[in-house]
Amino acid sequence: MNILSLFVAIPTVMLLLLFCIKSQNAIRALMVAGSSALLLLAGVVTFMFLQERAVNPDVMLFVSDTVWYEALNIHYAVGVDGISVLMLGLSAIIMFTGVFSSWNMERSFFMWFCLLTIGVFGFFISLDLFTMFLFYEVALIPMYLLIGVWGTGKKEYSAMKLTLMLMGGSAFLLTGILGIYFTTGGTTMNIVEIAKNHIVPMAHQYWIFPVTFLGFGVLGALFPFHTWSPDGHASAPTSVSMLHAGVLMKLGGYGCFRVAIFLMPQAAQELSWIFLILTGISVVYGALSAVVQTDLKYINAYSSVSHCGLVLFAILMLNRTAMTGAVLQMLSHGLMTALFFALIGLIYGRTHTRDIREMGGLMKIMPFASVCYVIAGLASLGLPGLSGFVAEMTIFVGSFQEQDTFRRILTLIATTSIVVTAVYILRTVGKFLYGELVNPEHANLTDATWYERVSVAVLILFIVAIGVLPNFSSNIISDSIAPVIAGLR
Amino acid sequence: MQYTLTILVLPLLTFLFLGFFSKVLPHKLSGIIGTASLAVVAVLSYIAAVQYFFGGVGASMAGGDVNEYQAIIAINFEWLKFTPQLHIDLGILLDPISVMMLVVISTVSLMVHIYSMGYMRGEKGFQRYFAILSLFTFSMLGLVVATNIFQMYIFWELVGVSSYLLIGFYYTKPSAVAASKKAFIVTRFADLGFLTGILILSYFTKTFDFAALTANNGALVINSMAGMSFMGISIASWAMALIFTGGAGKSAMFPLHIWLPDAMEGPTPVSALIHAATMVVAGVYLVARLFPVYFFATPDVLTLIAYVGVFTALFAAVIAVTQTDIKRVLAFSTISQIAYMMVALGVSGYEGHNGLGYMASMFHLFTHAFFKALLFLGAGSVIHAVHSNEMKNMGNLRKYMPITHITFLIACLAIAGIPPFSGFFSKDEILAAAFAHDKVIFITLWIVAGLTAFYMFRLYYRIFWGEETVHEHVPHESPKIMTYPLLFLALLSVITGLIPFGKLVSADRLELHTHIEWGVAAASVLAALLGIFIARHLYRKRSGKPERIAASLGSFYRAAVRKFYLDEVWYFVTRKVIFRHASTPIAKFDKKYIDGTMNAIGNTTVAASEAVKGLQSGRVQWYAWVFIVGVFVILLCWVL
Repeated sequence: MNILSLFVAIPTVMLLLLFCIKSQNAIRALMVAGSSALLLLAGVVTFMFLQERAVNPDVMLFVSDTVWYEALNIHYAVGVDGISVLMLGLSAIIMFTGVFSSWNMERSFFMWFCLLTIGVFGFFISLDLFTMFLFYEVALIPMYLLIGVWGTGKKEYSAMKLTLMLMGGSAFLLTGILGIYFTTGGTTMNIVEIAKNHIVPMAHQYWIFPVTFLGFGVLGALFPFHTWSPDGHASAPTSVSMLHAGVLMKLGGYGCFRVAIFLMPQAAQELSWIFLILTGISVVYGALSAVVQTDLKYINAYSSVSHCGLVLFAILMLNRTAMTGAVLQMLSHGLMTALFFALIGLIYGRTHTRDIREMGGLMKIMPFASVCYVIAGLASLGLPGLSGFVAEMTIFVGSFQEQDTFRRILTLIATTSIVVTAVYILRTVGKFLYGELVNPEHANLTDATWYERVSVAVLILFIVAIGVLPNFSSNIISDSIAPVIAGLR
Repeated sequence: MQYTLTILVLPLLTFLFLGFFSKVLPHKLSGIIGTASLAVVAVLSYIAAVQYFFGGVGASMAGGDVNEYQAIIAINFEWLKFTPQLHIDLGILLDPISVMMLVVISTVSLMVHIYSMGYMRGEKGFQRYFAILSLFTFSMLGLVVATNIFQMYIFWELVGVSSYLLIGFYYTKPSAVAASKKAFIVTRFADLGFLTGILILSYFTKTFDFAALTANNGALVINSMAGMSFMGISIASWAMALIFTGGAGKSAMFPLHIWLPDAMEGPTPVSALIHAATMVVAGVYLVARLFPVYFFATPDVLTLIAYVGVFTALFAAVIAVTQTDIKRVLAFSTISQIAYMMVALGVSGYEGHNGLGYMASMFHLFTHAFFKALLFLGAGSVIHAVHSNEMKNMGNLRKYMPITHITFLIACLAIAGIPPFSGFFSKDEILAAAFAHDKVIFITLWIVAGLTAFYMFRLYYRIFWGEETVHEHVPHESPKIMTYPLLFLALLSVITGLIPFGKLVSADRLELHTHIEWGVAAASVLAALLGIFIARHLYRKRSGKPERIAASLGSFYRAAVRKFYLDEVWYFVTRKVIFRHASTPIAKFDKKYIDGTMNAIGNTTVAASEAVKGLQSGRVQWYAWVFIVGVFVILLCWVL
């Protein structure tokens, strides 16, 4: 079996085993073992990828292709480039930490959780448009139940809203995928194959590009289709928020890159300005909206709108540096936002409120959690040495290399987000961590437990790793972007 | 010179060690570890300086026997690659100004470390304090040895965050939290300008490297941006002016100075280190670092810098006269003195004796670091004794605190510019440079010199002379661990002026022979003496005169006390403009229209299905009825 298929196989086995076991400890052991195996696998694949890359110039490595449905040329085709390898790594990290952050959840929760990860991993290894779409849907559906059943607040509304909006996006996507398939002669669904030998005719690119970009863009919180995100994240249980903001939203960015731009490069070049405006709005609008929010999860959700907006923004710049920055930002935002949600869940589990006006002085009560929250905040506002800085600077420098004034001005507008981000992060931290204790009942709260600490520490470790040694990931990404750039010029 | 890497790495390791083990380390041990590591850093910096300046490492003979100092790249590696040309490197650049800064930073930092062991004793978070102090020292050292502008930006942000963490050290105190937030956001805003400037500059020149940017009198900048302009001003000027914005934010130039007085909420030794001696001069250092570019490529920006500096110097000095919180007086004094250094750069030429301003600026940076740190540490010693920052709670303290008194007096004489104390020499060079360049600037600086002497001695007399106030405890001299650093810095404040600075640091790196301009010196000493005399007259003994003078100035005095209402402008911009008129409407818009539209689409779908669901009710009678009606309608149509 192809090593990549293990990414789908392991969660599937975990899912099946979950049917057989009952005790909470066994469930935990299984989840920890399984997610550790995935993390290890991601590490091994990264290592093998680097070895193979040195000798093999193909676009995709570890390729395997099995016919699945002859009539429509649907294959189970897998393969990875540097970007997917890093995305697999990100997913494995977030799944691993998500398990620790949902330590006390029940069995059925973990079943849907596993299904969700099957979808995520499957999506990142797929090279076949249809299989990719299938995994995409597999990742979306469990979300409805995970939020609707285990969520908090107005969970049914949020779950419904999230699912419907994302399904609306998938409708666009399916149209786009079928459009690609039929306009290229209806012979293959393989992305690499299409890009190489069956270029989508120009006339069709003009409608397929916007359709697919919008379809994925909804998941990437593209303005004005971002409103599922604040409500959805606010209602979701901790680890679901982590996976959703950390990984699922990256499916959007990855899809835009892998499908919309890779397959429709000419249309991307000509139509990118429309989406650049929308994403530019996302970046500033999300950040400004976050300034007045009082619910920790809403703050983080709007912050995600801003940061994910930057991902799409940079992808649309269509140059190597900016796109490298976009992928770095995906990694960085994934880790950062997962860290935020892990900490918010931890705090909410104790204070039973997420309203920053009802908390204060938690630094004294929960030093570990609070210090980690400050670190997450500093990463979010782009402090050098943490991942956010590397990603943002690559994006800004890359975007500024574009010749035309329009893109330059947009870039300058986007850079203002670094100030606004500082405003809302410091406001939040100042309100609920610093100052005197607001609610006397909070004086007796306990700090993070060991499993919560594991989750948080692992995330911080990777945030620091990317921030301190950026060239490692940056070079892998930059290398993999070359074929896309080649298609553009 | 590769061992200079240790100078950087050691504080970083100390930070990590103290940070990770803050729970288990006893207070005293963590202080000792931090201080010991800094002592090693200081010694290494001195060795580096001696080797560089006197050991023949930095100097080379450039024709005849004139010394020309070389820029040495001790270490350089690629950290993050953007494009084949543009990459962020991290490295260590040793040239006269960076080596000079190494000495300044490590000396002041070491003194502050030692002093803090006494001052911060028994504070909660003692380990955290020393950890962040190490982080700051690391960042500041990294900033000054930066080989390229992006490395400088990286460490620039890191010093900003260490400053944020230290200002907010007493995090349960709302004013400290607000001050730290303000400091970070104001400087962040300035850094946005810095970053934009870097983006523009690097796009055209295709490099971040200082050496490439400044080589051949900034030829690269001039040629790469030749003939391009935006809104009537050349692109190069835009870029350099934006970069200067970053410097103006860090160095608290008007109108971005508003964060610095509030930053005094931090522990006093922190104010001495970060907000007096080192971080706040980063802006001056930045301009000095890019000086050839400013001078040759964008002289208009250099003129701007001079005028911003002159205005800030006067403005801050006027406010300093009216403040009653001793740390705030010192804060405004710092703003004023840094502005002095900015002016000196602004009026400087490049070659030979024309470069006097540049040299004077660096000289003043050097001497100011020691006497201002001394003033802050002395103020800290006073605050430690009387538990208040307000002048009205002090008076006649010379009786109780002899060492603090004497050292404070020395620092006051130094900053006032009385010979032979260090401030006299550096200030004299600045005034001489200004005199040669522009008489208006000279006269303003001269007035500022008088004001400086006046407010410093106002401070001095009100703390150490005048009537004694009633104290809860009898004030006492600080412990030795605090007074030794005072004595050491006092010594430096006396002798550093005698260093032949022009031989070591100059704009063109050639030896610059300076001599005292007697005319200018006489004028500046006269101004200083006048200031001291008036202060002595008004404040040595308690009298109603200061109040009467204040009253006669009316609204101008009140405006100065309120710092000319710039804090109100800040609140207006943050609370009203950003919070109320930008963010709130956007959030409402998002909720009401964007989200409303999405909900409306959902509701329309539901309503539509409600409308048609009656057709499939499952009631057979209804189907039958519809069927019959239908048949009749068709029949009717057919018949007609």
